[in-house]
Amino acid sequence: MDYFLSFIAAVILAGTPILFGTVGEIINEKAGNLNLGVEGMMALGACAGFMAGYLLGNPALAIAASFLAGAAGALIYAVLTVTFMANQTVVGLTLTIFGVGFSNFTGEYMLTHSANNTLKIPENVMRALGGLNIQGLSALPIAGKILFSYNIFVYLGIAVAIIAGYYLKRTKIGLSVRAIGENPAAADAAGIKVAPLKYLNIVVGGGICGIGGAYASIITCGGVWMSNSVNGLGWIAVALVIFASWNPIKAILGSYVFGAFSILKYYVPKSYIPAPNAFYDMLPFLVTALILVIASIRDSKENSQPAGCGINYFREER
Amino acid sequence: MDAEYAIECRGITKTFGTVKANDGIDLNARFGEILALLGENGSGKTTLMNILSGIYHPDSGSVHVSGKALHINSPSDAIGLGIGMIHQHFKLVEIMSAMDNIILGAKDKLQKPSSLKRKILDLCDLYGLKIDPEKKIYQMSVSERQTVEILKVLYRNARILILDEPTAVLTPQETTGLFLILRKMKEKGCCVIIITHKLNEVLEISDRVTILRKGKSVATVLTAETNEARLAESMVGRAVNLSIKRPLVERGKPALEVKNLTSLEPDGRKSLSNLNFTLYSGEMLGVAGIAGSGQKALCETLTGLSKAHAGEIAYEGVNCMGKSAAEISKLGVRLAFVPEDRLGMGLVGSMGIADNMLLKTYKSGKGAFINRKPAIRQAERIIESLDIQTPGVDAPIRMLSGGNIQKVLLGREIESRPKVLIVAYPVRGLDINTSYAIYDLLNEQKRNKTAIIFCGEDIDVLLEISDRIMVLSDGRITGIESAASLTKEDVGLMMAGMDFRDKVQA
Repeated sequence: MDYFLSFIAAVILAGTPILFGTVGEIINEKAGNLNLGVEGMMALGACAGFMAGYLLGNPALAIAASFLAGAAGALIYAVLTVTFMANQTVVGLTLTIFGVGFSNFTGEYMLTHSANNTLKIPENVMRALGGLNIQGLSALPIAGKILFSYNIFVYLGIAVAIIAGYYLKRTKIGLSVRAIGENPAAADAAGIKVAPLKYLNIVVGGGICGIGGAYASIITCGGVWMSNSVNGLGWIAVALVIFASWNPIKAILGSYVFGAFSILKYYVPKSYIPAPNAFYDMLPFLVTALILVIASIRDSKENSQPAGCGINYFREER
Repeated sequence: MDAEYAIECRGITKTFGTVKANDGIDLNARFGEILALLGENGSGKTTLMNILSGIYHPDSGSVHVSGKALHINSPSDAIGLGIGMIHQHFKLVEIMSAMDNIILGAKDKLQKPSSLKRKILDLCDLYGLKIDPEKKIYQMSVSERQTVEILKVLYRNARILILDEPTAVLTPQETTGLFLILRKMKEKGCCVIIITHKLNEVLEISDRVTILRKGKSVATVLTAETNEARLAESMVGRAVNLSIKRPLVERGKPALEVKNLTSLEPDGRKSLSNLNFTLYSGEMLGVAGIAGSGQKALCETLTGLSKAHAGEIAYEGVNCMGKSAAEISKLGVRLAFVPEDRLGMGLVGSMGIADNMLLKTYKSGKGAFINRKPAIRQAERIIESLDIQTPGVDAPIRMLSGGNIQKVLLGREIESRPKVLIVAYPVRGLDINTSYAIYDLLNEQKRNKTAIIFCGEDIDVLLEISDRIMVLSDGRITGIESAASLTKEDVGLMMAGMDFRDKVQA
């Protein structure tokens, strides 16, 4: 039982960075922009979040910095695709390469200028970003462990997903955003300002991806800087958007399912299934590939990719 | 000073690249008036209306709304000024409900679905519209979608309505219904501008007509003081003969026999349901129907582009059921198809005329290399005989005008001397002159004993040119009759799925 509970807890911890990436990308795609730079924006957030925590010693500033760095990466993407109509796929891939490179470069630079060739976030920050310990609640049997024992990112991620779901589905601005993603010409003709709303969604979505990056560099790596901490999570998030059928609420479940795949190797005893670790490392990507195939067979107009996604909108086009 | 005008354009000019789409256009319309904007394709009607609705910016000239000179910088500016545009290609979000589409972008607060629904239904009552506010757009028929567009405009309290070719996709009955609504709007003091190239509609609905030709406004006349011939003359620039010939050709042997033909959409819906008909050589069979009634499926199944589900297709006795286009041609069936999507399915836009000729013949060449010489000769022959305007046989055909592109396609298909020729919307987007040239070409083929299937959207044309008319509704044949015995209303009833003989009782 205990074993199972700690598995659940580990699943949720592993799924959280993917959740941020997925929700961020959903917000992007709902506004009609296929942003393949999730990996890059997460890397930027990972770097900025870690460095802010390391240099400033403040957990709130670390999260804020990761959001801003992801948003800044997204802003580059937005300027290039919305204003200058550059190809979304190419710009997204470039953003990934840039983000990962920039993050690793900054990390290396800081390492060579550090005291003993390690970068470690101060203890007080790690404590603040560590697991909750609420008097009474966290000590409850079962519920304490699977509901009230996580770090602040976990709850923030769920909150962000629910707010994003409400924003897209229930608000007027969300209606406008969905219209832009489906048919920007129709939205434009209805008097909706297409470009500003695209900018807003791309930048905020990018910021959310950035927080996911900070999770990878701070929590997953235990407060010690490691290169490539994001390591493909962004790509899984892009695929999860499809799995979640562009619904941030469904993304919560999807992220945890993927989180489970990524930590399976620590929880399946070798004596039962003698598979090499590499097999487990491959699992999330294999499942991603399978989901893409299954999703392409699924045929529902309302739960599929926004029709205008990936296509730049130019009003005077003939 | 001209406060009496709801909207007035002075000297509007707009250029796209080197093309002057609008060249100093003057136009005005009053409240409580229906103005028709008449012109051929490419005369600048849509460009002008897009300027009024804020989608394009004019290079020069001014727009006055209720007497004030204004700059309309975006569609939301236009909406703010009370200008509502109903585009030819509807601007609706397919996966959303009618209600969501109507409130989309409107400035008022988000309200409860129930009160919003009542508001929309009240609006419907006021103007005599019918709609289910919760129905999704992708489940709607074309005329329902148009109603949503109209409601969108009314919901925003637009007083100036611009409709771009609103009747192109409607049955005659639906058109009558639309005109009733437009008259009601006029009574309520709206200013309605309707863009069209159909002369009879201009005469039926409008109070005044402004005629555009080659980007210039050539005349504005009172509808009551003009007639079809005079309108056509100012639209084209010279007198035109508006009658279409129907040469009498003795009916030959059956060229195509179709029995119990049924085909399915990917989602399992029947796109064609139990079709039975025979086409004879030397006959022109007109196919009428509302857009999406199975015309496309019929063309593609007959030509082997998509597989039929059940039934028989036989060309001069050769069974072609279940055969692909290549297999049909291998069987020696001389079948030619002019698809509606000329540059998508028919031709390759970035290739020249000669290379496009090769597409049909390269397989018969020997070896791995192609021999372009015969294709070039063929291209030259077609350019000569069909009077195609082109810089040369290798100029990319997408640079040509729509009419010339259609001539290339039709020319190539005719060159194979087909026994059966299937043409889908051959004059869509073409001006009057080219349209008549195409009609003549088809009639010439008919005289050569070719059997022709003509899918068309203009019922008047179909009635004049076809020997028999077959009407499709929802994938079924609702009637095959001699064209001479039918009226436009009969065809309209059949398009709506009714038996036209019922109208006596109705």
